[in-house]
Amino acid sequence: MTELAAIPQKRYASAADYVNLMKPRIMMLVVFTGLAGLIAASGMTGVHMHPVMAAIATLAVALGSGAAGAINMWYDSDIDAIMSRTSTRPIPSGAVPRDEALALGLIMSGVSVMLMWLASNWLAAGLLAFSIFYYGVIYTMWLKRATPQNIVIGGGAGAFPPVIGWAAVTGNMPVDAWILFAIIFFWTPPHFWALSLLAHKEYAKVSVPMLPVTHGAKATRTQILLYTLLLVPVSLLPVATGLGGWIYGAVALGLGAVFLAYAVRLVRSTAGDADAQGADMKLAKTTFVFSIFYLFALFAAVMVEHGAGLHFPLMGG
Amino acid sequence: MADAPTPEPVPQLDAEALKARKRRNLWLGLALGAFVVLVMVVTVIRLATGTGIAARM
Repeated sequence: MTELAAIPQKRYASAADYVNLMKPRIMMLVVFTGLAGLIAASGMTGVHMHPVMAAIATLAVALGSGAAGAINMWYDSDIDAIMSRTSTRPIPSGAVPRDEALALGLIMSGVSVMLMWLASNWLAAGLLAFSIFYYGVIYTMWLKRATPQNIVIGGGAGAFPPVIGWAAVTGNMPVDAWILFAIIFFWTPPHFWALSLLAHKEYAKVSVPMLPVTHGAKATRTQILLYTLLLVPVSLLPVATGLGGWIYGAVALGLGAVFLAYAVRLVRSTAGDADAQGADMKLAKTTFVFSIFYLFALFAAVMVEHGAGLHFPLMGG
Repeated sequence: MADAPTPEPVPQLDAEALKARKRRNLWLGLALGAFVVLVMVVTVIRLATGTGIAARM
């Protein structure tokens, strides 16, 4: 750490502070992809969960995500206080004491895993427990401050929800579930590195070895392109196995081409460089925002096909 | 007879702190209540549909 964190001013926490402690935006993505896994499993196997049990399993995934977020904020509160992007978070702003955040994270971890087990099966509960451990310990405590590959390996944590959703319905983890995992896994690096091109000075300030900090913006832009080149064929695998039909195939192909175009433009730009043009920095931001839309759209297509009876497989079905 | 020990002074909370504590206790109570209700709902559904824990092992 290169600077001392400011001593937070004491203020009293509101409900919104506790919600923010659980990283609600990440939680939305986690719940959405988990739900997609659950719906796809029902569509592919014909096994259906009781709707109330499915709702409780989804709630468990949300609570597990929130628990991991709280543990992450507890551990990272020292660097969050220094980075302007994160300095208003509940712990550095003085709203929630660190110990309280940890307690909340641990209690919610236990509650979420228990609820998942009660609502579905031990496999889904075990996967949920492991994904919380993956994000809260493997990524946050071991990888984030140790290696520029932090978000590549750590991306696995965010990729578990569809597998958990699938396991909650069927009690197993077939290849299709792991394909959904792989889509999120390969999506995470270009998504996060686009953001880190914008915020790399902040990461440098707290000595977090994000790729632009350790290898420079140019190498990061090249890596974004390489991972996008891997992501697009991986996103088309559901079409080959029959998990994805016409709608999914069209969405994956169309939006994959757009994502690839953004990555190509980014690699030719100066985004993240010291002398970067405003338009290039805007391009990095647009790529980041588009990547979120891209993932939501892919999983929405899976949900529409299997949830609304619009699954017409091209192959494999 | 020895004098009784002087009790520690109880820290006084201001009105805002008391309000914040009351609010937090209310949310904690609601969360605990919701958890109890969820466990009860799961139990009722399992009993009604005959999918006991033994069947899931």
